[in-house]
Amino acid sequence: MGGYILTRLLSAIPVLLGITVIVFLIMAMIPGDPATAILGSYATPENVARLNRHLGLDEPLWRQYFIWLGNLLQGDFGRSFALNRPVLDEILDRFSATLILAGTAFVLCSALGILAGVVSAARQYGLADKAITFVVILGISVPSFFLGMMMILLFAVQLRWLPVSGMYSIWGGGDVPDLIRHLTMPALALSVVATGVIARLSRGAMLEVLRQDFIRTARAKGVHERRVIWGHALRAAMVSIIPVLGIQAGFVLSGAVYIEMVFQWPGVGRMLVDAILKRDILLVQGGVVFVAACYVGFNIVVDVAQSVLDPRIRT
Amino acid sequence: MANSSFTRRGLGLLTAALLASSALVAPAAAQTPPGVLVVGQIAEPQALDPHAVTAVNDFRILMNVYDGLVRYASGTLEVEPALAESWEISDDGTVYTFTLREDVTFHDGSAFDAEAVVWNFERMLNEDHPYHGTGPFPLSFFFSAVEGVEALDARTVQFTLNEPYAPFLSNMAYPTGLIVSPAAVMEHGDDFGRNPSGTGPFRFAEWRSNERVVVTRNEDYWDGVAGTEAVIFRPISDANTRVAEMLSGGIDMMVEVPPVALSQFQGDGYELVEQAGPHVWFLILNAKEGPFADKRVRQAANYAINKEALVNDVLEGTADIAAGPTPPAFAWAYNDALEPYPYNPDRARELLAEADAEGASLTFYVTEGGSGMLDPIPMGTAIQADLAAVGFDVTIETYEWNTFLGRVNPGLEGKADMAQMAWMTNDPDTLPFLTLRTDAFPDAGGFNSGYYSNPEVDALLEAARVETDQETRAQLYREMQEIVQDDAPWVFVANWKQNAVTSGAVENFQLEPSFFLLLKDVVKN
Repeated sequence: MGGYILTRLLSAIPVLLGITVIVFLIMAMIPGDPATAILGSYATPENVARLNRHLGLDEPLWRQYFIWLGNLLQGDFGRSFALNRPVLDEILDRFSATLILAGTAFVLCSALGILAGVVSAARQYGLADKAITFVVILGISVPSFFLGMMMILLFAVQLRWLPVSGMYSIWGGGDVPDLIRHLTMPALALSVVATGVIARLSRGAMLEVLRQDFIRTARAKGVHERRVIWGHALRAAMVSIIPVLGIQAGFVLSGAVYIEMVFQWPGVGRMLVDAILKRDILLVQGGVVFVAACYVGFNIVVDVAQSVLDPRIRT
Repeated sequence: MANSSFTRRGLGLLTAALLASSALVAPAAAQTPPGVLVVGQIAEPQALDPHAVTAVNDFRILMNVYDGLVRYASGTLEVEPALAESWEISDDGTVYTFTLREDVTFHDGSAFDAEAVVWNFERMLNEDHPYHGTGPFPLSFFFSAVEGVEALDARTVQFTLNEPYAPFLSNMAYPTGLIVSPAAVMEHGDDFGRNPSGTGPFRFAEWRSNERVVVTRNEDYWDGVAGTEAVIFRPISDANTRVAEMLSGGIDMMVEVPPVALSQFQGDGYELVEQAGPHVWFLILNAKEGPFADKRVRQAANYAINKEALVNDVLEGTADIAAGPTPPAFAWAYNDALEPYPYNPDRARELLAEADAEGASLTFYVTEGGSGMLDPIPMGTAIQADLAAVGFDVTIETYEWNTFLGRVNPGLEGKADMAQMAWMTNDPDTLPFLTLRTDAFPDAGGFNSGYYSNPEVDALLEAARVETDQETRAQLYREMQEIVQDDAPWVFVANWKQNAVTSGAVENFQLEPSFFLLLKDVVKN
């Protein structure tokens, strides 16, 4: 087991290195430079050149890359041009907000999705199955940012039940109920599509398992149906559901970008969009590498979890 | 069926989960508390160091935390005393001597005196200054005429210019001239922009990235205590979300209301505030090559574009039609006699026929958005259609703002025939001096991207800049406007009227022609 985890960890290194190269090259290739963004309308070519020199952007590309990578390996992500503050501070500030949002959405979509899938499968072609299928297809089809805006219109502007945007009330606040009130709409909007996908795939996985001999055996032995479904069948189906959860976790994390824009959630997604518009190169590079590392780490966790459930994978 | 009990339970769980999420919901969203003004801003500020930033969005906060030696009198762009009680200008217009206000301290407790003023300008202008590295100072060229700053005594500071420079005082009133606490810069270094300290009516309290910037009332303010205990600036970059926040009571005030949302704030409970500012939205025409090298073709473009439709239909009345290069907000320097080019497609066709330029193909640079650009894509397509109607064949190329600036500022030669642009300035000198002089061609370090050149205009602008008598100066600008309007190096399109919405709980608020947000006297009930 330890060997398996080590192999997975080692295999992540070239992936992460590849990501640093790609994000660095992309940022070098997109037109517009931080100097122009900082100077705004007053950006003369002369001032731009001077500021680029000041920012160290006149060095050859390969040198810039190795300087950046070298610093990165020592935990120095550099300083954001646009925010005038260390990149890592900014990322850590914002990442916790994203984790809360994406984490809640992930828990929601996993729980609701699996629940809906199991219920659907257990009552195949029944009323519950049809109703759930209808809702699920609807959920998959509506873009989450649109749903988010509609929710704001209904629950915040019309009914005034929930705050429109932000993570905490701006005066005081900061406690858990306040957070939950702010979290409700974005987390729901963010989880809808993933819930649908997980529900569809869980239903399929469950149907497959339910047809197998050991289920028939269990039923024949008189095991209670509830135990058959939630104990035997779901456990077996989880082997195929978990990788789906891993992929959906990625979707939830990337979907958070739109949702963070709509709900002004102070997370990494919004930070990256702002940083790209401001050509805040180090912040974009640092942010992407950080998120990618988390993504890779999460995949390792998923793989390991799967190998615990299904020992064949380790060999 | 045996499994029916389980599904009912499953559905029950599902319902319970949904109910639970709504049970956490409080009955009604709380309103903002009295005495605290919550302002919806269009973006996160870049820094709260007035010397290091260029965005109006940042200025809106800065003007409430800092003072300059002088400031614009409320509702105008005329300069009045602030941290300086008075000043004298030498007869030759090159020496400015300011007498400073006594007993003013910075928010961090350090004293405001002549040495602090000298330190501020040295930091910006002197590359050898130990804190010059806390920049960059993109607008320090506002003070490039300053040769030396000297503290004559604790209350007297003297600026020596290398030549008379008329916009000097209005530049001093601009955020680039605001006075920061030297002690705070020394303490925080590069992080000063997030730990600001000035002398203004509000002191900085907190900045949470992308959530809020909080400033609280300065109880010792020299010019009277502010009307609210605190102001919270919230960055809400999505315009729809900003409108929703305003409608739901989450903020008390929002700036830059999108034109399409204006109608939602017409009813009771809101006040819509408007104010024309020194803003011009124009099209730069490439006067060096292609069809626009001919003055008649440039004039034809001015006749061909229906500016009334642009300001009324596309911008929903949030702008006025521009008559020339100087916005009417500079009342003293504006030429009232100028009439905008009327919408006259027939006249445009005549001029094109005279110039033998019918059916000319044009490349038109359009941006997706940017500072002061209003609604550039719909405006661009409407302009394209108007020009097509008189026989131009216009190809639009769209660029994201930073890329756009990177293409336009180095000059349009070899790339495009026209480009959108907008400027917001603080003095009638700034825009024409930087964009219409022969010496301001891009290769000379200016912003004359369309290569307009008229020796008469050059002479008038040079003369106005060194003229210390305001009426004579105004006369020079008025003459310049007439010539430029006739030469038509630009299509003069619109002057933006900035707007803001406040809730019924807000009193005493007005917008300033400077585009700043002055919140000292605002009361929030």
